[in-house]
Amino acid sequence: MTLTARTLLAVSAGGAVGSLLRWFVDVLMPGAWGTLPWGTLLVNVLGSALLGVVVEVLDRGGGSGVLGAFLTTGVLGGFTTFSTYAVQVALLGGADPAVALTYFVVTPLLCVAAAGLATTWVRRARGAA
Amino acid sequence: MTWGWAVLAVAVGGAAGAVVRLLLVSGPWGRLRGVLVANTVGSAGLGAVVALVESPVVMLLLGTGVCGALTTWSTLAVQTAQLGPRAPGFAAAYLLLNLVLGLGAALLTLTLLG
Repeated sequence: MTLTARTLLAVSAGGAVGSLLRWFVDVLMPGAWGTLPWGTLLVNVLGSALLGVVVEVLDRGGGSGVLGAFLTTGVLGGFTTFSTYAVQVALLGGADPAVALTYFVVTPLLCVAAAGLATTWVRRARGAA
Repeated sequence: MTWGWAVLAVAVGGAAGAVVRLLLVSGPWGRLRGVLVANTVGSAGLGAVVALVESPVVMLLLGTGVCGALTTWSTLAVQTAQLGPRAPGFAAAYLLLNLVLGLGAALLTLTLLG
């Protein structure tokens, strides 16, 4: 991806949109203290699946361009969050270590599986078309 | 804090975080190192924000916005899934390094500053 003014603008706009969407989910699903953060888990798994789809579609389409930067690095990069996950695991560790460990392990498994399955699904759909 | 200020804080912070991540993944050190640095620095940053910041609007700007958008699970997941079939050991090590450094960084700033 070449760094141009248009790419920077596209990624900043996408980052704003993705962050707002993540915040809306957080407002709608706040979650009680010491319990599994379902909202963040949903955002991260859904965002990983969608990025798997977008990357695979863009790869076959040849070249990513400004729209690709907006959707991948911008919207979906801004939608998902690693820092919230890390801080939630750290804080949950003090409240309920079993829930913290579950959340710590389940998030990577579901995110990587979602990304992998989404990619495979797009390849199969293209193959069948 | 009104809804307007809250929306603006998340949008501006999210835009800034995403641009810094773009710069980190565009460097000559490569996309994998870029994401690892973004996730580690962002996790340390959010730990510091949670420990130090009391204003809700600053929390939304720096925490939900900047640190939230600087870090990414989607890119990490897709990178790991793409590396997996070709180099399973390397993919697992890359994912594990993100988890260990990210959690370690968050714990460090939360503990030192909290």
